[in-house]
Amino acid sequence: MSTHAKKDQGPEEEALYEPRIVAFCCNWCSYAGADLAGTTRIQYPPNVRIVRVMCSGRVDPAFVLKAFELGADGVLVAGCHPADCHYINGNEKAAMRGDFLSSFLEDAGIESQRFRIEWIAGSEGQKFAKVVKDMVSELQRLGPIYAEEG
Amino acid sequence: MGSPEPLKKDPVTSTPPATGTETTTPRIGVFVCHCGSNIAGVVDCPRVTEVASKMPGVVVARDNKYTCSDLGQDEIVKAIVEAKVDRVVIASCSPRMHEPTFRACIQRAGLNPYVLHMVNIREQCSWVHNQEKQRATEKAIDLVRMGVSKAARLIPLEAREVPVEPKALIVGGGVAGIQAALDLGNMGFKVYLVESKPSIGGVMAQLDKTFPTGDCAICILAPKMVELARHPNVTLLSYSEVEEVKGYIGNYEVKVRRKSRYVHEDKCVGCGVCAEVCPVKVDNEFDMGFGKRKAIYVPFPQAVPLKYTIDKENCLHFKTGKCLLCVKECTNKAIDHKMEDEVLDLKVGTIIVATGFQTYVPMKKGVYKYWEYENVITALELERLLNASGPTGGHLIRPSDQKTPRRVAFIQCVGSRNKKIDRNYCSRVCCMYAIKNAQIIKEHEPGTEIAVYYNDIRAFGKGFEELYHRVREEFGVEFIRGRPAKLSENRETKSIMIRAEETLMSKITEREFDLIVLSVGLLPSEGSKRIGKTLGLSLSSDGFFAEAHPKLRPVDTATDGVFLAGCAQSPKDIPDSVAQAKAAASSAAAIMFSGKVKIEPLTVEVDESLCVGCGLCVEQCPYGAPELIQNEEGRTRARIIEALCHGCGTCAASCPQNAITAKQFTDEQICSELTAALSQNGQAKTAGKKAEEGV
Repeated sequence: MSTHAKKDQGPEEEALYEPRIVAFCCNWCSYAGADLAGTTRIQYPPNVRIVRVMCSGRVDPAFVLKAFELGADGVLVAGCHPADCHYINGNEKAAMRGDFLSSFLEDAGIESQRFRIEWIAGSEGQKFAKVVKDMVSELQRLGPIYAEEG
Repeated sequence: MGSPEPLKKDPVTSTPPATGTETTTPRIGVFVCHCGSNIAGVVDCPRVTEVASKMPGVVVARDNKYTCSDLGQDEIVKAIVEAKVDRVVIASCSPRMHEPTFRACIQRAGLNPYVLHMVNIREQCSWVHNQEKQRATEKAIDLVRMGVSKAARLIPLEAREVPVEPKALIVGGGVAGIQAALDLGNMGFKVYLVESKPSIGGVMAQLDKTFPTGDCAICILAPKMVELARHPNVTLLSYSEVEEVKGYIGNYEVKVRRKSRYVHEDKCVGCGVCAEVCPVKVDNEFDMGFGKRKAIYVPFPQAVPLKYTIDKENCLHFKTGKCLLCVKECTNKAIDHKMEDEVLDLKVGTIIVATGFQTYVPMKKGVYKYWEYENVITALELERLLNASGPTGGHLIRPSDQKTPRRVAFIQCVGSRNKKIDRNYCSRVCCMYAIKNAQIIKEHEPGTEIAVYYNDIRAFGKGFEELYHRVREEFGVEFIRGRPAKLSENRETKSIMIRAEETLMSKITEREFDLIVLSVGLLPSEGSKRIGKTLGLSLSSDGFFAEAHPKLRPVDTATDGVFLAGCAQSPKDIPDSVAQAKAAASSAAAIMFSGKVKIEPLTVEVDESLCVGCGLCVEQCPYGAPELIQNEEGRTRARIIEALCHGCGTCAASCPQNAITAKQFTDEQICSELTAALSQNGQAKTAGKKAEEGV
C-alpha cells in the first residue's frame, strides 16, 4: 500500500517519465482482451489511451503518423492473432502496413521501439496488460519523443 | 448544470461532418456512470463530469450512480429532451457490454441510435488502475475528451433491415446438436443437421451409464436420434462437413460436402449382409480400438442413419481393385465404389455450433505411462468395456490378460487443472464419471477394491454430492487425496504400482493395482477449429468457443445469428448440454420468428469525386464488396455493394485518395480522438521539429 500511496502523492520520488501511448484495438479481439484485463482486475499503468476500431486493418498508417506528430511517445496497433481475424484477414493487412511503418519510422528518426504491432486475443487480458507494461518501461527508458522546447 | 441555456462554449474547432445534413453546431450530452463503486471507487466521477461540462460542444453533463438502471436511463432521456442534446457520450462500461442498451435509450429520446459514443471508464480504467486514483481520474477525463471529440463528428445512420431465411444449420450431431435440431424442427423451422461422422449420437452414444441417475446413455439418446431422423422438418446430413459459410445474420450461404459413403443412403436398408461377407477387420474407433469392425460398417448397432459406410483406407477393393464381395451380396444394389462426394448449397438464417469435444490423450512421455503399460486405460475406453453393447458385452477385463481386475485405481485430473501442459481448466465431468464408473464396477464385481486418486472432488450438480457419498459409504470406494507421482509396472503380473503422497495423511504410499483408469479431461473437438475459422468465432483461453458474454449471453457468439450449444463452448455434462441446446434453439428461433433483422449500418461508402478507380480497395476486401464500375462520364470508379460489406474498414485504410469513408470510424472521427487524447489540459501539444522533418 505504501508504494501506491507514494505514487499518488509524491512526484519528487517518482522521477520516471510518464509516456503517452495510443493503442488502436480491434473490436473483436484486442479491445475484448483489454476489457478482460478489466473484468479480471489485472492492473497496468494508466499511460494508454485506447482508440477502438472494428479491425486492425482499419488503421491507416496516417493515423499512426498523426499520433506521433501530436506527441504520442508510443503507438500500439493490436489485432486478432493471425488466421483468427473476424474479417478473415484484416490483421494480415495491418501487419503489412506495420512492416512498412516500422521501416519508415526508422528513416524518419523515430525509434522503432515506439511503434508496436501485437496480436492480442479476446481471452488474453494478461497479454494486453503485459504489452502495455512493457511499452511503458521501454518508453520510460527512451524518454519523450520530442525534446522539451525552449 | 443542465439548464438548457444556449451554447456558450467554443464550437468544435474543425469542420462539421461533410454530409451536409448536420451543419449546426453539435449539442453534446455527457453522462458519467459511477457503476456503484465499480467506477466511482477509483475515478472521481463528479470531477470528470465537471471537466466534461466545459468541453467544446457539451451542453449538459451529469453523473449518475447507475446509468444503465431505469432511473439512470430516464434521466438521460430527460436531459436529452430538456437540453436539446443531439450527440450523446456515455462514460461507463465497455460498449461491448451496454452499447445496445444505450442506443435504445437515446432512441426513446428521439435521437438516432448511432449518435451515441460510449467511453469505457470501467473495464479500461477503474478496474485496471484501482491503486492509482488520481491518474485513473486523469485518464477518464482524457477518455471522455476523446469521446466528446468523436461524438461531435458522429453522423446519424440508418440500420438496414433484411429478411431472415427461416432455416437453421446445426453443426454437430451430439446430444446438444440433436436437441437443438428437434426443438427448432418442432417449432416449424427447417433444420439441416451436419455431422462429420457416419452416425449422429456423439460421445454420449459411447457412454455406458450416466451420472448421477445411472440411466443407460444410449437408451435415453437413441429415441431422440430416431425422432430426429424421422422429423419432417429436419434434414440429416451425416458423414458431411461444412466447407464454407458466407453471408450474415438471416442470410448465410453454406456449402456442405457430403463425403461419399460408397453406399447410396436411399438404397441401403441397413441389413448388414455386406459387413458379414467383408473380409477386412479393423479396430473400431467407436469401441476405442477394443472391438473390431469391418471395412464396410455402421459404427454401432443403434446408428442413425442406419446406413453402411465403406472405409476407403481399408477396403480391399480400393487397395487391390478386387474383392467386391459386398457388392455381390447387396440385393438392393446400394454399394457403389465409384460414388463421389457431393457439395450442397444451403441458405440458412441462423447457425448453431455444437461441435462438442474430444477427450485428452495422455502424453507419450508422461508419468501415467498410458503408451507403455497395457493396463493403463482412459475413462472413455473404460466406458466401452463396461457397456453391454461394447466389445466385451459389458464384462470388465483388463487388456493384458483379459482377466477381471480385482484392484482398480482411478487417477483424476489427467489433462485438466494442469499448468504444466497448459490445461488450466477443470473439465467438470471427470469427478462424477469416475464416481459413477466406480459404482458400476462395484455393482458388477462387488469384491473389487477401488481407489480414486483425486485433487478435489467436485460434486456440484443436482444429485452429485449424494452419489459421491453413496459410492463412498455404501460401496466402500476409497478416495485418496493426492496426485500420483510415479507408476511402475510389475513385468510378470502386468499390475501397476502407484507411488503417491496421500496428502490428507501426510505420507507417501505405494499400492499395487490390476487396472489404472485415467480420468481424462475434455478438449475442443478437432473439427471445431475449421468451422470456427469459417464463422469468425473467437476462442476463450481454454480453446473452446467464446460466448458473447460469460453471464448474460452464454449461448451467443460475437457473430450475429450464430449460437453455441454443448461442449463446443466449454466442458459440460449432459443436462447442461441439453439446456444450452434448448437455449440456443430458442435464441435462433427468436430471430427466425421475427422474420427480419436489423443489420449494423457500419459499412463504407465511396466518394466518387475523389475516387480514381485504382482498384486497390477491390484487392483489399476479403468479401468482394467493392467493385469497379464505369460512371456516367465513362470513368472507372469503385462502388460498394453494401450487402456484402462487413464494415472492417480495411479498404478505407488502404485508399490512397481517402475516397472511402468507414461509417462511425471515419478518418476525421479517429483523428479527432487522437487529437483529444494527446492534448494536455485540452491544448494540443505542438509537435517539435523532429516531427516536421520526419512526418
